[in-house]
Amino acid sequence: MQSKGSMEESDSVAVARVRAGDGNAYRVLVERHSRAVFRLAYRMTGNEQDSEDVVQETFLRAYKQLHRWEARSSFSTWLYRIAANYSLDLVRRRQRHGEVAMTESAGERETDVVHALASHAPGPDRLLFSDRVQQRVAATLDGLSRQERTAFVLRHFEGQSIEEIAGALGLSGNAAKHSIFRAVQKLRRALEPLVNSQS
Amino acid sequence: MKHATEEQLVLYYYGEQADEIQRHLESCEACRGSYQALQRVLNSVDSFPVPERGADYETRVWREVERRLPRRRALAWLAWKPLAAAAALGGLMAVAFFAGRSWRESGAKASAAADLEVRERVLMVAVGDHLERTQTVLAELANSGDPKNGALDISYEQRAAEDLVEANRLYRETAASAGDDRTANFLDELERVLLDVAHNPSQVSPGQLQDLRQEIEGRGILFKVKIFSSEVEEREAAQNAPVL
Ligand SMILES: [Zn+2]
Repeated sequence: MQSKGSMEESDSVAVARVRAGDGNAYRVLVERHSRAVFRLAYRMTGNEQDSEDVVQETFLRAYKQLHRWEARSSFSTWLYRIAANYSLDLVRRRQRHGEVAMTESAGERETDVVHALASHAPGPDRLLFSDRVQQRVAATLDGLSRQERTAFVLRHFEGQSIEEIAGALGLSGNAAKHSIFRAVQKLRRALEPLVNSQS
Repeated sequence: MKHATEEQLVLYYYGEQADEIQRHLESCEACRGSYQALQRVLNSVDSFPVPERGADYETRVWREVERRLPRRRALAWLAWKPLAAAAALGGLMAVAFFAGRSWRESGAKASAAADLEVRERVLMVAVGDHLERTQTVLAELANSGDPKNGALDISYEQRAAEDLVEANRLYRETAASAGDDRTANFLDELERVLLDVAHNPSQVSPGQLQDLRQEIEGRGILFKVKIFSSEVEEREAAQNAPVL
């Protein structure tokens, strides 16, 4: 496994080669980042097919915009920004067409079941319990606003700084911060009874 | 110190809060308790399952992406530095010319038409990319909002326009010498608009911006660029041999 530093270095070398007309150099970048882009897209959209679309579209857009990337920022951060923005577009279009599957209330209804399960201690129920946590996380993420979800996913899963997130979403640092706070509050409300009863 | 707020604890969890909080947590049991509760919640978020991809996922993605990438490669990238691209075009035209000549001299069926075709193809690819870039810059100007406090900074568009003027001149001359008058005339018109952009101050007043927009819109130049671009693409597609 390469260290992050040398990985970024070879990313920029690959970009330079693509810019110089070496079409094969783009393959290096696509193969290196495709899994991570898929994971990000899935965390953003919660939908497998949409995430595959995001992966394709991200690499096509990145290729066309490669001249805009400046070596002083990390290539992966820039790439994930494109992916996050396209995921947002996609989710927005879905919502406009009223295709949202999960809602907050669907999550609420589960609370009692989850409590009941949680009070049954170890054994196979424990596995079931972690399934329940996963479902709850998924439902809560689906209940976030687009901005909250993007900001939270970029901060929590992608490790981007609030400053980077603000840049990606065209928000002030403060607005980005508050989107994350609101997301955390909603997750807390949904998960706290569950996870804190376990410990 | 007062107790830490929830927001401070969230920032601390993500490593965006000063050591101050850490020191407080060391000495305050109440805050330590709420931090641990927060930690448990946020750690549990990591369990959000992402479906696994197969072992050949990377290859599959690349195969699909490659199929959809724009066909013209090398020159498209050169076109970021329009002048370099235009200079490279000069080189390529020379190569095409000499290739054509030595081909003739080596006794193959001499064909000035084939020679011309190679040169035209090289020119069309380069001009296609040039137009794409020009369109981006002009569209950005035409669609920029009204300056909020007095002046709008167009220094980026301007630098781009300066580069484009230089490149445009070379393409125009190349087209003219290749006897492609239509392309040459169109590029001549485009050059006048680009010069206008390049010659404005980098901070434009609302009035100046209005004039610029009228220059771009009045000539219908964006529309013409679009039409011409698609013609170029068709000509390029008609000569569908791979580039370079
Ligand atoms: Zn305290």
